[in-house]
Amino acid sequence: MGRRLALFLLLAPAVLWIGLLVILPHVEIAILSFSQRVAARVYTFGFANYLEFLAEPVYWRTFARTALLSILVTLITLVISFPVALYIAKFARGKSKPVLFLLCLIPFWASELVRTLGWMMLLRETGILSHFLQAIGVIGRPVEFLYNDGALVLGLVYGGMLFMIVPLTNALESLETAQIEAGYDLGGSHLTVLRRIIIPHAMPGIVAGSIVVFMLTVGNFVTPVMLGGKNGLWFTEQIYSQFITRFNWPQGSAFGFMLLLLSTVIVWIGLRLTGQGFSETLRRS
Amino acid sequence: MKRRSFMIRSVALAALLAASGAQAAEKLRLLTWADYTPKEVVDAFTKETGIEVEITVSNNEEMISKLRATQGAGFDLAQPSQDRITGPQAEFGIYKPLDLSKLDTKLFIGSMLEATKKNTTLEGKVYGLPHIWGTDGLVVNTKAAPGVKDYLDLCGAEVAGKASLRAKRPTLIAFAFAMGMDPFAAYGNEKSYGEMMEKVGAKLTECKKNLKFFWEGKDALLAGLRAGEVTAAMAWDTGGWKLNGETPEIKFIAPKSGALGWVDTFAIPAKGRNDDAAYKWINFNMRPDVAAKVAASAGNFTASAGADKLAAGKLKDQFAESFPQAAIDNIKWYPAVPAGLEAIEGKILDKVKAAN
Repeated sequence: MGRRLALFLLLAPAVLWIGLLVILPHVEIAILSFSQRVAARVYTFGFANYLEFLAEPVYWRTFARTALLSILVTLITLVISFPVALYIAKFARGKSKPVLFLLCLIPFWASELVRTLGWMMLLRETGILSHFLQAIGVIGRPVEFLYNDGALVLGLVYGGMLFMIVPLTNALESLETAQIEAGYDLGGSHLTVLRRIIIPHAMPGIVAGSIVVFMLTVGNFVTPVMLGGKNGLWFTEQIYSQFITRFNWPQGSAFGFMLLLLSTVIVWIGLRLTGQGFSETLRRS
Repeated sequence: MKRRSFMIRSVALAALLAASGAQAAEKLRLLTWADYTPKEVVDAFTKETGIEVEITVSNNEEMISKLRATQGAGFDLAQPSQDRITGPQAEFGIYKPLDLSKLDTKLFIGSMLEATKKNTTLEGKVYGLPHIWGTDGLVVNTKAAPGVKDYLDLCGAEVAGKASLRAKRPTLIAFAFAMGMDPFAAYGNEKSYGEMMEKVGAKLTECKKNLKFFWEGKDALLAGLRAGEVTAAMAWDTGGWKLNGETPEIKFIAPKSGALGWVDTFAIPAKGRNDDAAYKWINFNMRPDVAAKVAASAGNFTASAGADKLAAGKLKDQFAESFPQAAIDNIKWYPAVPAGLEAIEGKILDKVKAAN
């Protein structure tokens, strides 16, 4: 009896946390997403909000754009982070290892807003990059680097890198150096060793990092708003505007659920394609 | 032993906190716009009444959303624009009717008070009182873009890549007027209003390549204008006059098709806890001397009778330059927005923003 009580008390914070802060709001949003406005203060049950999403090209185009760009951002983050993680895990010696890790970490001590503002100062028309390129004569007059998809992807990749590097480094650290040497001894080229030994070993880290980066990217709000500018509509902006500027909570809730569905499906497909189990990934990383 | 002293100390701390809570001064939670509450005025109010003012800075949409989320709780006084009161009130019931007997109505400019009362009346009850008014028009760097005289000029070659506007409803209304239509006349008819907005949306989409960005906060826009990255924008008069003080060639221009006139009001949220303080704040703010200080801080005029005589000379001169008599007569004052129109506008704005 006492034991059961202790177990219950131990679990209580977690259960309360998940129940009150995750499940309950989602249930409410789910209910809200199925209500449609008839007249002022009169709402009925219906699928109008989801039908609106399907019927209006603007919404599902933004949705598809967000999904595709998020996948792209995840891939770019992976490609850039992999060599960094490999170097930290396998090549850095002694003190340089924690120092390098710290260097990756330091930018994240500032908030996302501040980091994004930093990029704005670098990239704007009267910004540092534009001035520098003019000074060395590459461009003749000020050029705007902000407010396009390139700037948006840059900002999102930058924001996601740490979350890729950490699981990758963890996964790669457990790789025996002897195993890599054995690969070379048996006549493998760099590419073969990378493809047959290093990447398979790092797979759980790759999958874990990709899931985290993808989720953070798809749900990001600040970076697309600030760097994407007039053409950078992100799906989270659609949700925000439904809730805040249109006062249309049911529609915003339906969009929220579509986003949840989207990230779940894409993560599931990703796990399938890489042949990784979800629990396995969680355990190893 | 140690544990016990810790207990005692925490109990003492809790008691102390509770006591200080009980002693805390009366509070007025105000939901307002930036620059409407200069520190000097707030301090004078607290000194006179003993009421502390807790200020939250916001905009029309966020005010309505915040009050809607709590069904009108969390604030004791809000300042939405007069045209945005009856719609949300009918839809969400977020305000309570005003008790005009608690107000010193002589402090208001009579005609403005009557017009606002009329516009904010729902089912025979008044929900809003005028506080600060101003216009939306064009802020133009007259050296870099001398040809910009009307909203549609923002789409012209002269300001290619250097124009800016807000992706919000005033822009739709302004463009409709500039395209020779009358959106206010169509307010009552959702169908023809929708068709009108479709045309405006198409025009804005075409115009989008000309824009530097859609501005959201005033500061970002002013920074762009200062740096010369933006040379013409649709914006509030106050922003233009502020920049005019720093850089004379940047001017606020009343557009040919008419500046859009807005009035920000006082409205009491449905679950406000301190109506007395709210009425005190309103009466205090409408006193000519106080209103003049607020006007100087906001850079706009107030609905207080007599405050304009006390206004700083500069603001008057700037107003006179931007608004010759014909331009004043041409100001388009927003009628109350019927519930439902915002959904139409929202969809058009979504399309404009998503278009490439």
